[in-house]
Amino acid sequence: MTSDVRRLLEAHGRPEREVYLDNENSGWVPPEVVETMLPYFNRVGYGHPSITNRPGWEAFEVVQETAEAVARTIGVDPEDVHFTHSGTEANNLAIVGVARANRSRGKKIVVSAVEHLSVILPAESLEDAGFKVVRAPVDEEGFVDQDVLAELVDRETVLVSVQTVNHEIGTIQRVRGLSEVVRDKNADVIFHTDACDAYGRVRVDADAIGVDMMTLSSHKILGPKGVGVLYVADGVGVEPVLRGALSSQPLWPGVENVPALAGFKRAIELAFEDFDGANERVRALRDRLMDSLLERVPDALLNGPRGEERVSDNLNLSFLHVEGEALTVELSMRGVYVSSGSACTSRILEPSHVMLAIGRRYEEAHGSILFRLTRYHTSDDVDYVAGQVPEAVERLRRISPLGKG
Amino acid sequence: MSTRVPLPYTPKVLELFRNPKNLGKMEDPDAFAQAGSPACGDVISLYLRIVQKDGTEVIEEAKFESYGCAANIAAASMLTEMIKGKTVREAWEVEWQDVAEALGGLPPVKRHCSILAVGALRRAIRAYYGGRDRRPDWLPEGLTMAEKQALEEEEFIERMYGGRLERG
Ligand SMILES: Cc1ncc(COP(=O)(O)O)c(C=O)c1O
Ligand code: FES
Repeated sequence: MTSDVRRLLEAHGRPEREVYLDNENSGWVPPEVVETMLPYFNRVGYGHPSITNRPGWEAFEVVQETAEAVARTIGVDPEDVHFTHSGTEANNLAIVGVARANRSRGKKIVVSAVEHLSVILPAESLEDAGFKVVRAPVDEEGFVDQDVLAELVDRETVLVSVQTVNHEIGTIQRVRGLSEVVRDKNADVIFHTDACDAYGRVRVDADAIGVDMMTLSSHKILGPKGVGVLYVADGVGVEPVLRGALSSQPLWPGVENVPALAGFKRAIELAFEDFDGANERVRALRDRLMDSLLERVPDALLNGPRGEERVSDNLNLSFLHVEGEALTVELSMRGVYVSSGSACTSRILEPSHVMLAIGRRYEEAHGSILFRLTRYHTSDDVDYVAGQVPEAVERLRRISPLGKG
Repeated sequence: MSTRVPLPYTPKVLELFRNPKNLGKMEDPDAFAQAGSPACGDVISLYLRIVQKDGTEVIEEAKFESYGCAANIAAASMLTEMIKGKTVREAWEVEWQDVAEALGGLPPVKRHCSILAVGALRRAIRAYYGGRDRRPDWLPEGLTMAEKQALEEEEFIERMYGGRLERG
């Protein structure tokens, strides 16, 4: 297999110009973040945070300082910040850990229909243990309606999970209002929000938005992969789901990824040092790309909302009559790196559940492309992409039997 | 529930995706068929120009259009290359595995892209003789394995998305 990939890469070649816009699936890491991490592999803090030697204490200091950086930016106590090794793990811990610890109080879980799979699938895995999982529907822009959510919550409900920002279509949920109506219905419900795609782009002060638990992921803010965060408010019961040697993290065993934590901390500093300014610039770039593509490419649809209720860096367009996986390959050869929610990209040939939840028809989901910009992109990058995408779509439309009538 | 899978395409797939052979619609084809489902998934259209040569029917030209992934485009392109110049009977014998092999292999989840291409070919050949109201002896009356597989692919697409389509 390895040599096959090698041959594929050689056949592909490296395009003269490359613009990476797949930061949603895997974040590009800025050089200054990488620099910050390097000493922690073998010069300082390479020890185990729970062992009594100098490199261990140095490592512990990194864990603590990173927890403090997280805590400051989401308005919580550092004690309540728990690290895992990914956002996926933090979501699993949130859903399964709360369900197990609180099963005597009720067995109903409500999640929105557009949650990340790392929320939906752990929730559904609990059905075997007698839990009832209800998916709250969304409207065609991806919003959960307060009244609809309130309807679904009852005395049996232990946990509600609604993300802050959708990972595919950028919808900024009105989490505060949702958590209020949920608590009006049942004050004991634990409210979790997956804020992976909100952090660094939308203010997510835990008290202000009214949540008991919050998930973050380092690579979503251009930190390294391999660090997740679960904030758990004081008093919320969570049972560990992985078993093993615990270190500084009471809810997640295994040695902490200290170099990645150091990188994450740096990424947080960078994301928050000019929060509003950077987001405004990214929003302007995103709008420039969006307007330009909608103008230049006929039969293109915007997926998700427009305006202030869409996160600054997300763009998701469906190009009708072409298939998205083919488009990602075509764009890759032009040095534009994106992903698609098409069925053809999936293990079992099913389109993205987010696209289906917002009522996109199969053929609309089929040509969907996700772009995620960062503050490191330039207007030159955007113009390059805006030039390549119409040509790529055009080439594939020439191949397609559809849309010619 | 959709999750992703690595797709290490072969250089041949990439090459044919980039420069497909025999691409495009054919005016007045002697045989035409589609496989897949335009309403809800991947589609291959196949066009054949068939001529009489020394008393047998030969595929002089084959063209395709594809609404599908890179593997689908490459498989359709490869298939048209493979059947050009063959007698219709020889073309009938081409199996999806032959197409996949000629591409240097396909990732397992992408095999159905080749199955649909071969399904379109067999359907086109049947349509050709159906239109002429005569079935040569070598053409089986019942559906062959390859045709059934293609039908299964189509049914799979319908089953998964049929219900949702009605909403549109
Ligand atoms: C909303 C959301 N939650 C969770 C995750 C999972 O995070 P990680 O990639 O760190 O496992 C992602 C990343 O894809 C995400 O977008
Ligand atoms: S055409 Fe959909 S997977 Fe190949």
